[in-house]
Amino acid sequence: MGMDSDLFCEGLVRRFGNNAAVDHVSFDVPAGTFFSILGPSGCGKTTLLRMLAGFDKPDDGNIHIRGQRMNDVPPNHRPVNMVFQHLALFPTMSVGDNIGYGLKRRKIPLAERRKRTARVLEQVGLPDLEHRNPQELSGGQRQRVALARCLVLEPTLLLLDEPLGALDLKLREQMKVELKHLQKQFGTTFVYITHDQSEAMVMSDQVAVMRDGRFDQVAPPEELYREPETPFVAGFVGDNNRLSGELLAVRDNLADVRLDDGTLVQGRVASDNLKRGQRAELYIRPESLVLSGDALNSGYSAMQATVRTTLFDGANSRVEAECGGQPVYARLPQDGSAPRLSADSSIRLAWNPTLARVFGADSL
Amino acid sequence: MTQWLPRTYLTLIYILLYVPVVVLVVFSFNESRTGYAWGGLSLRWYEALFNNRAMVNAIWNSLWLALSAATVSTVIGALTALALHRYRFRGKKLLNGMLFVVMMSPEIVLAISLLALFLLVGLQLGYVSLLLAHVTFCLPFVVITVLARLSGFDDSLPEAARDLGASDFTMTRTVLIPVIMPALLAGWLLGFTLSLDDVVVSTFVSGPSYEILPLRIYSMVRVGLKPEVNALGALLLVFSLVMLMLSQWILIRSKR
Repeated sequence: MGMDSDLFCEGLVRRFGNNAAVDHVSFDVPAGTFFSILGPSGCGKTTLLRMLAGFDKPDDGNIHIRGQRMNDVPPNHRPVNMVFQHLALFPTMSVGDNIGYGLKRRKIPLAERRKRTARVLEQVGLPDLEHRNPQELSGGQRQRVALARCLVLEPTLLLLDEPLGALDLKLREQMKVELKHLQKQFGTTFVYITHDQSEAMVMSDQVAVMRDGRFDQVAPPEELYREPETPFVAGFVGDNNRLSGELLAVRDNLADVRLDDGTLVQGRVASDNLKRGQRAELYIRPESLVLSGDALNSGYSAMQATVRTTLFDGANSRVEAECGGQPVYARLPQDGSAPRLSADSSIRLAWNPTLARVFGADSL
Repeated sequence: MTQWLPRTYLTLIYILLYVPVVVLVVFSFNESRTGYAWGGLSLRWYEALFNNRAMVNAIWNSLWLALSAATVSTVIGALTALALHRYRFRGKKLLNGMLFVVMMSPEIVLAISLLALFLLVGLQLGYVSLLLAHVTFCLPFVVITVLARLSGFDDSLPEAARDLGASDFTMTRTVLIPVIMPALLAGWLLGFTLSLDDVVVSTFVSGPSYEILPLRIYSMVRVGLKPEVNALGALLLVFSLVMLMLSQWILIRSKR
């Protein structure tokens, strides 16, 4: 545990009946970090967050906040505040009273409460809205009020429970950037849970990918994207193609794989103990696949595929193809370099083997 | 052109609704001794009403009973609704259904069973028996009103209050009660009105020691319609209007 660690969890376990919703999770969040917990619904991330907030108790393990053990501290005495999924703004109070609520509980005098409320509203970009009702505000404004209500208390840790889920797409994109800026501006440690990998990638310094109550990998977004440690992370974070085959050989950290249609390809070894002859899965990102003619870059792996359809979406345009019964997606560059593709035509997809990752099929 | 039909229809409905009330109020100022002939303006029946010691006594008794029955049932009902909303327990559905049974069962059945119960335990009929009976039939209405309000309640609000540093007690005072206040008020008023004009149950469970207004009026009318009753009716009308306006005013204020 580092000296400047704001949150340190060791061996956290929470069981519901025979099922462990959180299963021996340990992690460390340095001060000032934007830390995201990313996982599909039901992976245990909400249970984990509720334990950090104090609404639920771990069956085993410890929660330390700035070195203080928090297991038996009730939520109203933790230096932690939470932005709820549906924000939970008090409908019977004005924006000002919502933000002043926590200060009032700390017996801060009225004049001081007003001053701090006005200041934090200014900081989140909503000056002079004290007297409005939360119901009169737009979705984005309500979001910021919920943030201000927590940030005004200067918590050690701010927990966020998928607060962007209720916003429409465009506003969500905007709020992502804004949340990141606010986090930097306040310097507060954020713990953000989400099932949306794009939210986690854009905002976070560190992302923990959670599955079945455990962390698969904790890493900065780029590392998560480029060096996924498990097939689950490779498939869950960003788009990826999965090609199954048989492992033929491993040398110089590169694995030779014979795909099910017989094609010989290569990728970097990503899991330990790969054995000859075992089933393997090769993951390659759509943007790492290049459409090549017969002339092949030296050292590249390639496979033959049949075009199914092309999907035009500006910079995200891609071609959907099939290779030996397995679907494959490749990015279609929109700079004029991509050939015209018609359905059922044959294409050759090539990649640099160091960009592909090979896992044993049983390591999932 | 097509406007006149709905307008006439609406006017007729309102006439039907309000004519009896207007007649009652007008005739309460009637000098004449008979209830159906106009004899000039007078306040004599109001005077007669206030000089009738037994009547004034019955009014106070009724108001006190309605006040206490409404308050007791609001407190118990609100707590019941909170438990039904918040917790899962065995027999929850049964308990829920039983509320409706009390609400839907004929009043006469409730009256007889309550009387039988009171006699069985040897409770003297009077204020206490009336209060228990009134709380019994008011309770389901309060529970259902509060439950309806709670069904739209965001359950993360109490948690948000706790998270921001409130104790359970402070959370209840500052978040929970303000949110369910309109329902508490509505439930209380409903209980108050139900108690104030109940005849059937009260007939069975009241005793000579505690005479209440509806029973008093009922016995008066049996001997013949006295204009005093008109005056009483008019006063009750004004009273309920004031109550209604008060509740509306509180509701509007609480929304701001």
